[in-house]
Amino acid sequence: MDSVVLLRPVPDPVEELELNDDGDDLDRDYLGYVLNEFDDHALEEALLLKEKGGGTVTVFGIGSADEMEQILYAALAKGADEAFKLGDQLEHMSVASQAELVISALQDRSYDLILTGVQASDELDGQLGVWVAAKLGLPHVSVVVGVTGSAGSVKVTKEFWGGITADYEVRPPAVLGIQAAEQAPRYVAVSLIRQAQQEGSLTQLDLEAPSDSSGVRITAVRLPETGGGAEMITGDESEAAERIIEIIRGAGV
Amino acid sequence: MSDVFVITEHLQGILTETSFELLAMARGIAGSGKVTAGLVGSGVGDLASQLGGADAIVVVDDPAFEVFNPEGHARVFAALVDESQAPVVLVPYTSMGMDVASDLAARSGMPLVSFCTSVGAEGALGATCRLYAGKIEADIEVDGERAIFAVLAGSTPAEQGRSGGAAIVETVSSPVDAGSLSVTCLGVTLPAGGDVDITSQDVLVVVGRGIESKDNIEEAQELADALGGAVAASRPIIDQGWLPKSRQVGKSGLTVKPKVYLTLGVSGAPEHIEGMKDAGTIISVNTDPQAPIFGVAHYGWVGDIFDILPELVEKLEAG
Repeated sequence: MDSVVLLRPVPDPVEELELNDDGDDLDRDYLGYVLNEFDDHALEEALLLKEKGGGTVTVFGIGSADEMEQILYAALAKGADEAFKLGDQLEHMSVASQAELVISALQDRSYDLILTGVQASDELDGQLGVWVAAKLGLPHVSVVVGVTGSAGSVKVTKEFWGGITADYEVRPPAVLGIQAAEQAPRYVAVSLIRQAQQEGSLTQLDLEAPSDSSGVRITAVRLPETGGGAEMITGDESEAAERIIEIIRGAGV
Repeated sequence: MSDVFVITEHLQGILTETSFELLAMARGIAGSGKVTAGLVGSGVGDLASQLGGADAIVVVDDPAFEVFNPEGHARVFAALVDESQAPVVLVPYTSMGMDVASDLAARSGMPLVSFCTSVGAEGALGATCRLYAGKIEADIEVDGERAIFAVLAGSTPAEQGRSGGAAIVETVSSPVDAGSLSVTCLGVTLPAGGDVDITSQDVLVVVGRGIESKDNIEEAQELADALGGAVAASRPIIDQGWLPKSRQVGKSGLTVKPKVYLTLGVSGAPEHIEGMKDAGTIISVNTDPQAPIFGVAHYGWVGDIFDILPELVEKLEAG
């Protein structure tokens, strides 16, 4: 099975986000980016498919974050065969534009599956995987939590809600939006990432930048009102613990 | 005033809460305009009769679509939306809606806005949405006269969407030949029971990304034991394989309403809040004062969960 995995850096979800002076975007100057966690699961799933049934794993890195190269080298160190950088020159691409970029990078390339994270926290105009599939006329399944099969026929498990899932047979080539791989994404030693870096097997694709066709614009951003309903407890951990126990007892427990 | 097309969804013979929320939202947008609900499935006559919150219902009733088909449903809805020409299309931002919304946008050329919590159609089309896992609220403007909005669950109360009279039901034959699909459903699996039923607990101690490692869950378990409750978790913990799926609260997990819901290092993404917002007393501990969880919690403390965990356990055990 030959897989292409789409990897995107997103603002680190554990970081506090700040707004720019114009109030229409994040303040990105000091923002740290990490690989979108769902994309990490997509990569893991692709690596598992390769380990079980052979084939190749190609990764596309989409976006301009400084962390992109590190993400791609880590993917190579984990077992990806080839890594390409796309859209390095573009900042804040719409998902529609990202999809066009991916499609031009896919030209003349054969593949059975395209895997990517089911969603990313900054996907304002839809999900990349489904966009790519629809533009290429390929079938897609989102919220995938399991993939088995061969290049001729793939079986995927899609999760709905309340723990209910459905199994589907999918005729490749197809696009899968991965929610969770069969196992947690593997770690890779820094020494192996450095080794991948030294081998330098990363290719920059110079693709024509697509114009933004999303038709969607952010006019203002703000931090949502938080703590609106919450009474904030003050004091150190000991005082806070006492107050919390009091609240729990007050709730009739 | 603007006609609205609502994509509804159902599973195991039950229309989702989000379908009714979207009907309620659609009515607010449409005013005296027309609200049309799209319903695709097999033997769905009874479900159509529950959609009186719409003015009209377009039904595709076909055995091929008994279970949601990511490719098939997307293509059928694309044809129904094209036929309707309503300027505003509402899609639930759910497991099913995710396979429909972007597909519809790519096929129709209509702009799409995801993560919406409200949608406006007076003057220009626009929306408010929650980005970066709920941490940022953004105002969005849309070019053109028609657009698709993928709406987060819980954005509008469902009640108004449930009320209403008898809508005009129009059953049309499937615009998509099921034989041409590359995706075939093999069957639905219901969840296996877990070791602990988190939906029947009075107290849940809920761990999120902030718990940092599988080993640290033991500390949360000690607290849960001291309170006579159980440990539950947000999605990242389940995806890491640190706790079984039966412990997951939220959109793709379970909905819980315990008396006490104590979160430790849960940021409060919209998907999580969907599953716990109706809990009795919500107490949240997080290092980030901007964490969205504080927007839904009744009580909050900003600080390190590893500082407060031992304090809580010690004080409880001391009685």
